[in-house]
Amino acid sequence: MKMTRLAATLAATMLAAAPMLADTLHFPNLSYRTGPFAAGGIAFADGYADYFTLINERDGGIGGVPIRYSECETAYNTERGVECYQSIRNDSPLVLQPLSTGITYQLIPRTMEDGIPMHTMGYGRTSAVNGEVFNWTFNYPANYWDGASVIVNYLLSENDNSLEGKKIVLLYHNSAYGREPIATLNTLSERYGFQLVTIGVDSPGQEQGSQWLQIRRERPDYVVMWGWGVMNPTAIREAANIRFPMENFIGVWWSGSQQDVVPVGAAAHGYKALAMHGTGTDYPIYDDLRRYVIEPGKFAGTGDEVGSVLYSRGLYAAMLAVEAAKKAQEIHGVAVITPAMMRDGMANLEITEELMTELGLPNFGPAFSVSCQNHGGSGAAMIQQWDANAGEWNLITDWIYPDRELIMQMALEDSLAFAAENNMTPACMN
Amino acid sequence: MLYREAGDFKTSYVADSQTFPIRFDRYGYYFLLGFAFLVMPLVINDYWANAIVVPFLIYTIAALGLNILIGYCGQLSLGTGAFMAVGAYGCYKLMTAFPELNIIIVIVFAGFITASVGVLFGLPSLRIKGFYLAVATLAAQFFLIWLFTRTAWFYNYSPTGMISAPTREVFGFPVTGPRASAVSMYMICLCFLVVCAWLARNLTRGSLGRQWMAIRDMDIAAEIIGVNPLMAKLTAFAVSSFFIGIAGALLFAVYLGAAEAGEAFGIDKSFLVLFMVIIGGLGSIFGAFAGAFFLIVGPVLLKLLLVNGLGWPTDLAAHLEIMIIGALILVFLILEPHGIAALWRTIKEKLRLWPFPY
Amino acid sequence: MPDTLLFAMEATLNGLTAGVMYALVALGFVLIFKASGIFNFAQGVMALFAALTLVGLQSGQIPFAHLINAIFGTRVHHFGWNMPTFLAIPATVLVMIGLAVLVERFILKHLVNQEPIILFMATIGLAYFLEGVGDIMWGAEVKALDVGLPKGMSDTVDTLTYNWFGYGFYIDRLELWAAGIAAILVASLTIFSQYTKQGRALRAVADDHQAALSVGISLRFIWVLTWSIAGIVALVAGIMWGSKSGVQFSLSLIALKALPVLILGGFTSIPGAIVGGLIIGVGEKLFDFFMSPIIGGATENWFAYMLALVFLLFRPQGLFGERIIERV
Repeated sequence: MKMTRLAATLAATMLAAAPMLADTLHFPNLSYRTGPFAAGGIAFADGYADYFTLINERDGGIGGVPIRYSECETAYNTERGVECYQSIRNDSPLVLQPLSTGITYQLIPRTMEDGIPMHTMGYGRTSAVNGEVFNWTFNYPANYWDGASVIVNYLLSENDNSLEGKKIVLLYHNSAYGREPIATLNTLSERYGFQLVTIGVDSPGQEQGSQWLQIRRERPDYVVMWGWGVMNPTAIREAANIRFPMENFIGVWWSGSQQDVVPVGAAAHGYKALAMHGTGTDYPIYDDLRRYVIEPGKFAGTGDEVGSVLYSRGLYAAMLAVEAAKKAQEIHGVAVITPAMMRDGMANLEITEELMTELGLPNFGPAFSVSCQNHGGSGAAMIQQWDANAGEWNLITDWIYPDRELIMQMALEDSLAFAAENNMTPACMN
Repeated sequence: MLYREAGDFKTSYVADSQTFPIRFDRYGYYFLLGFAFLVMPLVINDYWANAIVVPFLIYTIAALGLNILIGYCGQLSLGTGAFMAVGAYGCYKLMTAFPELNIIIVIVFAGFITASVGVLFGLPSLRIKGFYLAVATLAAQFFLIWLFTRTAWFYNYSPTGMISAPTREVFGFPVTGPRASAVSMYMICLCFLVVCAWLARNLTRGSLGRQWMAIRDMDIAAEIIGVNPLMAKLTAFAVSSFFIGIAGALLFAVYLGAAEAGEAFGIDKSFLVLFMVIIGGLGSIFGAFAGAFFLIVGPVLLKLLLVNGLGWPTDLAAHLEIMIIGALILVFLILEPHGIAALWRTIKEKLRLWPFPY
Repeated sequence: MPDTLLFAMEATLNGLTAGVMYALVALGFVLIFKASGIFNFAQGVMALFAALTLVGLQSGQIPFAHLINAIFGTRVHHFGWNMPTFLAIPATVLVMIGLAVLVERFILKHLVNQEPIILFMATIGLAYFLEGVGDIMWGAEVKALDVGLPKGMSDTVDTLTYNWFGYGFYIDRLELWAAGIAAILVASLTIFSQYTKQGRALRAVADDHQAALSVGISLRFIWVLTWSIAGIVALVAGIMWGSKSGVQFSLSLIALKALPVLILGGFTSIPGAIVGGLIIGVGEKLFDFFMSPIIGGATENWFAYMLALVFLLFRPQGLFGERIIERV
């Protein structure tokens, strides 16, 4: 009896797994709430989900069409990522957001074949900024190479525009993700005359004793970190241990959230990180979020993450996705859009300060516009600093712009190499 | 009744010692082969091929390989993930260095490369065994993965350290790269699996297999009756690594398309294949199939049931999955140390006598 | 003094303290192996589980809140109180003893007289199971563990070495404390096994199961006892490692660090675990120091295993282990 019921449920779910052709807009999320990188994945996924819930609850969806949000657990594992992709690809997913550079690399050729847009916000393949080659991949508002360049520009401004003779250590997660900025930093080190030392940390990175002994011996002026998961708090703790001045320790935007500094406690005070958007709950949108999502208990996860850095990033990503969907509806004049239409919306996305204010997120993210050639937005980022006493991140600079000329040139080379490898002719899709 | 052997007379030793001596079994086997080769390609959809069937086929090859080492020769190895990585990187280097070489030859060569690496790391087995050997194979696991992530030559100096498979064709159908269709991926994996299973079956019942089993059951006695332990153990490592290397090459080139050593071939992969062998049944070819089926299809079904069926959060389902796999290992070790294969044998015994109790 | 020598000395010192941390994990393995001949792969996960339980109790989390919420559609997650550390630690000890009882009742009892390799694989299964339980019980996010241990660079060592050599050595105070705690742990284990009735029974079982049975020692009780002690050792290791890098999934991977320590020190020797840990700690730090400019960093992942492998070929029983003829 029990077995039959189980079998029946199983059969029913198999049928349910078949594509649904209802009038909804499907926004899947390849999230990871388990595994070694769960801490970051949970916060991002909660923010991503909550914004869609808000849009459904408050506006009744986008242009009157309700959003269907689905989650698929990848555990930051590329194999599961592929499985997730296969399970949703016939379900007209409007945009993919895998939150993993490894999975992104896997999905780029597949999404190109299948015609599904992918938004890799601040991660993934940097050269996807060249929209003529990577028609379906978007990485606005900023990418890794922007991040590296912004950090160097920030350091330049701190040092009277000269980094001559300075020594900068790059501490990176030894994976596709962590190795991304090396080429850019090498180029910049030649240009500005600073010495670059790269030190890799193998995943997951809860042991960095030797690396920090080496940093202590090298006596660098600055340490730049490209870390994720447990590597971040461990590195910050080790930096505090060797009394490395925290204000000279700068992480990328994936190394600058509450999960990274809170476990370290007071010792993390003064640590800096890039910020591609604002953080905290002091934005008007949180009034609506509280009213429509949090108080009725419709929030995702445990609700602990609301307002944290990665939650804000998830929120921002969902906001950009919704705006792109609106754009797509506007361009094509239909409410129920397809992935291909969504791509057009993303490729013509324009985020202005007025729009951000209207959405309840004034000064939250940069104003930028996407074009067919440039899928990368403006690349601007701010620097935020951790205040351990108050327990909050404070933005200490305005938007800093990267050296886009250099980055575009490097991206062009890399993307053309990709195009040559795959026998593609770079062209705009329209 | 259902499973009759009465009237199934054998007139030669060859006929008597075939793999499926019972007619019912044999027809079942032919039917399954026919179904897999003729019907499946027509009915399979992309999701089932890509998410379930192709990984099942690939992991079965790996489980066959590991089963030869653990189940037949009694040498415990926890380096499966690294050997799969050797297969994958070998395949990648050959694919990029000789673009015109047929992909099937490339994969077989990747298997041979893995076999030689496997023999190298199997050398300690001549002096140590049991979990001491397991620790030695862990050395292979960590060292090889480190080597692949740190040596730029292995990933052709790509800036991110990822390797990605270019498109290669068999009979004009692309089997690797993004343009490969689900059916062609399925077919190439199926062909490799059938050949590997046939090889494994015939090796294990031949003199080599008997030598392995003699070593497994009692090494000193085996040596006394004239089995050369050096040869037996090293051939077991070589054959096992050959299969695992092919599985790694297929996993990378056909299924994943792009991979990174530390992430795709970590120690969890070693454990996954080990679990397949334990749950499926040590020392059984059928066990490799059963174990891989159980551990690849099981989690997907569980996910469908919990997430899509009951609407539970995905993370809870993933945690439950780990828990259930762990519990199953324990249950199998306690109740049926010989795995699903032994259960299957019991069922077959019962079927032969049915409806009589004995 | 040349800089290289000074740096090498610093690396050695750090290796010694890191070695103590490895030894803490290895101790738990040795205890269980001695008493029951089981190589307990789940020791690392037990450390994670203990640390998770400690943090969960401290912060007043409701166990299985996530599961309860999913089934009943509720929204519970905290009791709303914080347990002081001095209460939370004994409570965690009780949980670990409960775990030991369960392990004995549901697993070990049924696997008596199985081959060691089957038992080893069973503990791998147990490791997975516990990992899932820990996650479902307490959640998977990173948690900070603070039991009031000092952290950060030791000033005493810094000034002392600065006065001697003109270069201040870096030592983490937490690791110095770990060394002290490890010493206390080993001392109390020795006292326990030498001077108490249960301790003697434990040694008797370790020496000869059947003889111990024949003089009326309950094997099952001894197993519960050893697994409880191993649980407590896991708690200590969990606290030390958890204070160092937070409590989360990766903590369980420390078990992999302890394996080569055991090969070196021998599976049956408590001093061996300590000495093995120290050798591995110093070895990998020095190897990394001298070799990483040549072959690239992060050699720690495999150096210990390679050392163990080389060692195995010449002295399979380890430095202090009993001579088991497990060679071919």
